[in-house]
Amino acid sequence: MNEKIIKFVQGNEACVEAAIYAGLGFFAGYPITPSTEIAELLSVRLPQTGGKFLQMEDEIASICAIIGASLTGNKVMTATSGPGFSLMQEALGYAVMAEIPCVIVNVQRGGPSTGNPTHVSQGDINQARWGTHGDHSIIVLTASNHQDVFSITVDAFNMAEMYRTPVILLFDEVVAHLREGLTIPEKGALDIVDRLKTSVKRGVDFHPYLPREDGRLPMSDFGGIHRYNVTGLFHDMWGFPSSDPKVVHGLLRHLVDKIENNVYDISRYKEYFLEDARTIFVSYGSSARSALHVVKNRRARGERIGLLELQTLWPFPAGIVREKCSEAQCIIVVEMNMGQVLQQVKTAVDNPDKVFLANRIDGELITPTDIRNIMRLIQGRGV
Amino acid sequence: MPKAKLKEHKINRRWCKGCGICAHFCPKNVLEIDKDEKAVAARPEDCIACRLCELRCPDLAIEIITE
Amino acid sequence: MAIKDYIRERFFPQMWCPGCGHGIILNGLIKAVEELGLNKNDIVMVSGIGCSARISGYLDFHTMHTLHGRALAFATGIKMSRPELNVLVPMGDGDALAIGGNHFIHAARRNIDMTAIVMNNRVYGMTGGQYSPLSGYGTLATTAPYTNIDHPFDVVDLAVAVGATFVARSTTYHIRQLTDLIKKAITHKGFSVVEILSQCPTYYGRKNKEGNAYEMMELMKQTTTPVGSEAKKQNHDLIETGVFVETDKPEYCTEYDKIIERAKKDN
Repeated sequence: MNEKIIKFVQGNEACVEAAIYAGLGFFAGYPITPSTEIAELLSVRLPQTGGKFLQMEDEIASICAIIGASLTGNKVMTATSGPGFSLMQEALGYAVMAEIPCVIVNVQRGGPSTGNPTHVSQGDINQARWGTHGDHSIIVLTASNHQDVFSITVDAFNMAEMYRTPVILLFDEVVAHLREGLTIPEKGALDIVDRLKTSVKRGVDFHPYLPREDGRLPMSDFGGIHRYNVTGLFHDMWGFPSSDPKVVHGLLRHLVDKIENNVYDISRYKEYFLEDARTIFVSYGSSARSALHVVKNRRARGERIGLLELQTLWPFPAGIVREKCSEAQCIIVVEMNMGQVLQQVKTAVDNPDKVFLANRIDGELITPTDIRNIMRLIQGRGV
Repeated sequence: MPKAKLKEHKINRRWCKGCGICAHFCPKNVLEIDKDEKAVAARPEDCIACRLCELRCPDLAIEIITE
Repeated sequence: MAIKDYIRERFFPQMWCPGCGHGIILNGLIKAVEELGLNKNDIVMVSGIGCSARISGYLDFHTMHTLHGRALAFATGIKMSRPELNVLVPMGDGDALAIGGNHFIHAARRNIDMTAIVMNNRVYGMTGGQYSPLSGYGTLATTAPYTNIDHPFDVVDLAVAVGATFVARSTTYHIRQLTDLIKKAITHKGFSVVEILSQCPTYYGRKNKEGNAYEMMELMKQTTTPVGSEAKKQNHDLIETGVFVETDKPEYCTEYDKIIERAKKDN
């Protein structure tokens, strides 16, 4: 019998339970604060489900191992934080180029460099987008509370399979370490996208890199009946290296289009009191919790204020931001960095002059008081 | 087991790059590199079908066919 | 089966320079797989980046051409997921032991069942002849125009020290031994290392005046001796070939299966 399980957990544990719910079969990682609990918990949970947990020699090896494991048909994940995420960038590009589904969790901490390991930051937004070299597109998701961490993690696995791509879960230290209630949905309550396997029969030419009409690319497991090549070089529909300009152009365009053309399907967001809002917060992750607090307080006093909480950060849902903010007189991006999402919002809306930043970058969570003070400054009323 | 007897040196001239490893190490001096820089069995009658040329060819260009 | 049954013929002639030792390793490897009677669907070959790494493209197995130095890490994920597959990991000397040194020692330490083949030509060939960690003190390279002051290390000693359970060395000159050692390495249950001294006549040979391909192979013949031979005692500079270590130690995937059993029972 399926029963609802309610737990009091950290955000990292919500991510772990969701990954198992989504069908995770293989995890490889390396200890790093503040993501370590994900590895610790999976070392317990994965073998219980017949899955495999591996502690590798570094973060580079971890992401490489999960990419290899994914090719054999497993759903895979790794988890890390700042410095480890930097180390993973080359292999992340490999997964983009070779179109190998995988989920990479980056629990953000203060950076650059070793930075502020046990404190919160949201400074990796642009790194997640552009950290690996070369033109590409990528899916980056986030969440602000544990129920959403759970569902967005399931979404991450689903999108990895749907678009044959790495998906980055960009959490932050506060969400990862905060404890709150989590209801684990019953089996079947959330949709699960399984690996799309080719129906091409043995002995018939299989094209691992030829999209179907619906744009999806069925795979064949390594060790299965179709032997093919996987490479980080530009490659033809069989996976063999090619520098033919037509092939290079076609592949790069495909890698970008398969994501950018589906921005509305990929976009996840939540809206609070936007219908008549004149002041709109745009926020995500733990900052959105503080922003929501301010919104609820001010609404109670009759102020026309709302929150657009982004859960998909990349591809940036510019159309949604533009539409939701079209009536706003003041848009305040609340984030814990020097304005990484701010720049995207400014580009998205009709009037960038009405977009302001409410930020905090000292390793402490931005509080409702911080936001209120910054609002006063924006309004020219002083703190 | 009686030793295999040579039927032919099957040399893939398209794959051969004329490095000369086969000719140099042939214990019976059967092979040569010709003017097109390709391996050729100049004295097949001396071949003892030891297959060293086939085994050492980096280009997989030589096959010793035995009777 | 014939050699042609194991290769992707449409990519031949292969791209390596005339006389490159890597082609001989390809040849010997095919022979080893053929003699073992392995099914092509059961073989995964994972390579890194460099001249050596191109070997995977020529073979009709499940092949993965990965990142510089990281082949063993990718291979570890594949092997852990599908322990029944034969995983072969050919690497260059720089690939395996400079950029990939960390993965090399840790894969060996875990004793995960796979075959690491170090195609050691003592040079970075693909980028044009720079010195590798195995070039050796006093050699010349395009990045050591005066002389190389980097000391090398011994791949076999390293592999033994970090716990590889099968360690062997051969050369492209010793083609029958090379094939035989690859067979033994594939059959061995655990982490196997086969170092194969390979010639790069284009860069290493030319820079260091070792002559053309067959002259470099003659040199391999002269500078090597079977492991444990009298000759080594007389001349310490000789490089030993053969099997150095062949031991049993719990294999990683098998051990992890026990973890799964325990976790399921405890749950």
